[in-house]
Amino acid sequence: MKFEAVIGLEVHAQLKTKSKIFCGCSTQFGAEPNTQICPVCTGMPGVLPVLNKVAIEYIIKTSLALDCKVNPLSRFARKQYFYPDLPKNYQISQYDQPVSEHGYLDVQVDGKTKRLGITRIHLEEDAGKLLHEVGSRQIDGSYVDLNRTGVPLMEIVSEPDMRTPQEAHAYLIALKSILEYLDVSDCNMEEGSLRCDANVSIRPVGQKEFGTKAEVKNMNSFKGVQKALEYEIARQIKVTEEGERIVQETRLWDADKEMTFSMRSKEEAHDYRYFPEPDLVPVVVDEKWLAAIKATLPELSSQKKERFVKEYSLPEYDAGVLTADKNLSEYFEATIKGYANPKAASNWIMTELLAQLNAANKTIKESLITPKHMREMLELIDKGTISGKIAKTVFEEMFASGKMPDVVVKEKGLVQISDEGAIAKIIEEVLAANAKSVEEYKAGKTAALNFLLGQVMKKTQGKANPGVVNKILKDKLS
Amino acid sequence: MDLFNLTAHELTAKIKNKEVTSKEVTENVFKRIEAVEPKVKAYVTLLKDKALAQAAEVDAKIAAGKEAGLLAGIPIAIKDNMNIKGTKCTCSSKILNNFISPYNATIIDLLSAEGAVFTGKTNMDEFAMGSSTETSFFGKTFNPWNLQAIPGGSSGGSAATMAADEAIMALGSDTGGSIRQPASCCGIVGLKPTYGRVSRFGLVAFASSLDQIGPLTKDVTDAALLMNVIAKYDPKDSTSANILAPDYLKSLQNNVKGMKIGIPKEYFVEGMDKEVEKSVREAIKLLEKLGAQIIEISLPNTEYCLAVYYILAPSEASANLARYDGVKYGYRTPDANDLLEQYEKTRGEGFGPEVKRRIMLGTYALSSGYYDAYYLKAQKVRTMIKNDFEEAFKKVDVIITPTAPSAAFKIGEKMDDPMQMYLSDIFTISVNLAGIPAMSLPCGFTSQKMPIGLQVMAKHFNEEAIFRAAYTYEQNTNWHKEKPRL
Repeated sequence: MKFEAVIGLEVHAQLKTKSKIFCGCSTQFGAEPNTQICPVCTGMPGVLPVLNKVAIEYIIKTSLALDCKVNPLSRFARKQYFYPDLPKNYQISQYDQPVSEHGYLDVQVDGKTKRLGITRIHLEEDAGKLLHEVGSRQIDGSYVDLNRTGVPLMEIVSEPDMRTPQEAHAYLIALKSILEYLDVSDCNMEEGSLRCDANVSIRPVGQKEFGTKAEVKNMNSFKGVQKALEYEIARQIKVTEEGERIVQETRLWDADKEMTFSMRSKEEAHDYRYFPEPDLVPVVVDEKWLAAIKATLPELSSQKKERFVKEYSLPEYDAGVLTADKNLSEYFEATIKGYANPKAASNWIMTELLAQLNAANKTIKESLITPKHMREMLELIDKGTISGKIAKTVFEEMFASGKMPDVVVKEKGLVQISDEGAIAKIIEEVLAANAKSVEEYKAGKTAALNFLLGQVMKKTQGKANPGVVNKILKDKLS
Repeated sequence: MDLFNLTAHELTAKIKNKEVTSKEVTENVFKRIEAVEPKVKAYVTLLKDKALAQAAEVDAKIAAGKEAGLLAGIPIAIKDNMNIKGTKCTCSSKILNNFISPYNATIIDLLSAEGAVFTGKTNMDEFAMGSSTETSFFGKTFNPWNLQAIPGGSSGGSAATMAADEAIMALGSDTGGSIRQPASCCGIVGLKPTYGRVSRFGLVAFASSLDQIGPLTKDVTDAALLMNVIAKYDPKDSTSANILAPDYLKSLQNNVKGMKIGIPKEYFVEGMDKEVEKSVREAIKLLEKLGAQIIEISLPNTEYCLAVYYILAPSEASANLARYDGVKYGYRTPDANDLLEQYEKTRGEGFGPEVKRRIMLGTYALSSGYYDAYYLKAQKVRTMIKNDFEEAFKKVDVIITPTAPSAAFKIGEKMDDPMQMYLSDIFTISVNLAGIPAMSLPCGFTSQKMPIGLQVMAKHFNEEAIFRAAYTYEQNTNWHKEKPRL
């Protein structure tokens, strides 16, 4: 029997507001534990929440970008469970009246466009962090850091529209791109500003009803999500083929073992006892406010891609790669500011720069090669000061040290030799030293020319202008 | 000369005219506290040193000719569920026995800005859950009119300070009658303002959609004076109303001519306490004689109030009290082996039986499978109760009822019977459910010389109508001038 998977994703994205959702504390990542807290976010007796309006605006922006219908009235609710990282022992979240619903996201998989539904987007507060000290004391200790408590969190719930882990991966990439373009989230999975849980089930191909689903948690990269889904789908198929039943449960992905493990079954599932938050009034979004937010929406990746093709005459593929990441698109546009050859810039960025960044596990923001470096290097090539080949050496040095290209060229003496007299002299020396190859060439073995050319380049440490060398060499040999 | 038995409006004049200093008033009040507190036990924390320092500040300002505020030098008692930075805020619970507040409630800032002096924190039913102040972890408070009787609750400590002259003014909180019922029991004035009129920021939550802070005072004028200070919009409380409060002192007119007073038949029923009924009927007659028009009205959903309240208030409380878990502050069990045990033992040992009963009620009502039948249904009936009042206030300016079905009962009388205890609030709960304002003021005594309270209700944000009716009644009676012998 052939099976297909049914996948829905729940993405939590921290909103990059300056202050927390219900108090004035900073949301800055990485501060000393418990330095960004106040009576409100630590749940002191008698405190009350006051909603951060910017958080609502960010979530409305996202809703509009995902074609969601923004509810004219949404409400907060208390989600109740006991845990030490949740000071009030309830989370202020949203339940039956979220900010927005019924949107979609178009993704490209294997060259085809697939429309994936968005069920809802809602706003809630993040919890704190627990730090465990294990084994170092007679009694192990646990500590609570509440800096993260109350950071605004946007939950985006997809429809169960994905059928493969690749589609899930494409969805996440596209969603991340939109959030970055809107500048509403840092989308950093390592720092936890973006988190993803997956609901996955399998069913025989052709069957309409959904199978019993498992919720998979604890993935900390997009690749991890894809791998976890691949594992979980295979596991469910195996269980089914062995004649056993899938149980509804929560499973944790172990990135080291590359397996999912059962965390709790449905019988142990929480009853969160949701009820409307009496300390907050409903959020009312009128047409005027909605229109004002709509007017601030920036150009999104799909629009930018079209513009790149039109404005810079880039191939669709290049425009797609460059605009998938907002920072990369901005890097590209900064590079070609006042530079006439966008395609050359695109080639260098897409191949050399992205490859090096990938290998070094760096983001475009961390690149020591700034758009200015890149543009000046391209100009040196265009002027003939360095060859494309030398440029690669210059590039590597810039990538490592951040030195400007002209400095690298000067320090390493990499200026291209184009002087015909000087090149002719070196060629004569090479021909004299390699009489055998000269004979072979003259006897019709054209490969000998490449050898001689290589010798000239070697003697000049690659600095000779290859076009000039080629021309003079052929002259001398004819 | 004794100063402790004066009202704030009498004292502010004397302090501003430099007849007396705030220090003299404060010292005099503490002298009184030292004399009668062993019998009454109204306070859980006394703040004598701080109070004297505050008084000195006020005196310095007045000596320098500076503006010292509307309540300059007036000693005020604060119910122990309002946060004052650097002092204990226990809610009369073991679970917060060691809790020192890191911040000020908004009303504390407002009072401080007007020169008020804080005498201390007053006893209450644990987390404001009760009608007798008997559920306090720190022991009972005794009714100054009869030390064998309860002072009412939950703001029993604040009410007792007024009857016993252990402060000049007091603040309480009212979720289902917790200001008005003790005011009635202690023969003083208590006002529950409109929901949203006074900031709840810094008031430890019992039931968020019902809680409201209000004054407990020795007369109606002081209640208006205190309201002029605390009735302010507060951006820190999202449920606070952004409506400018009027000068309540201006609504103190000795005149009810043409005022329409509604008498709801559902509040005068067979079997109610005869002495209470007689006093309230006489009060209504007096107001009629003074020119008010008396109109019989109906609030048809009155019979559901108690049931609705005992679903909604515990539901909200079950969430509001979840934070007391021994992790961050407050009591923590000394012997737990794991997290679950720490939660269970801390809460099992830290909360008293009434609080536990309500947490369980609320948890049950919100549980999956019961939510629709209890919480949601109760919310719908709450809307019907609100509508009853809206209809009634189309016909009348104020509604008058008894505050409580009986005068203060004996200590211990109802502690073993929660239903009987809950019935103490039968006449006050509807006001909280509707969110409207209501006052209790003295309207007589039983044959046992126990005070009886008259409840005056008005529509949302119309405290002025209450003040007018109450002031007129007060000016034409002498009940508020009587003091218990201690």
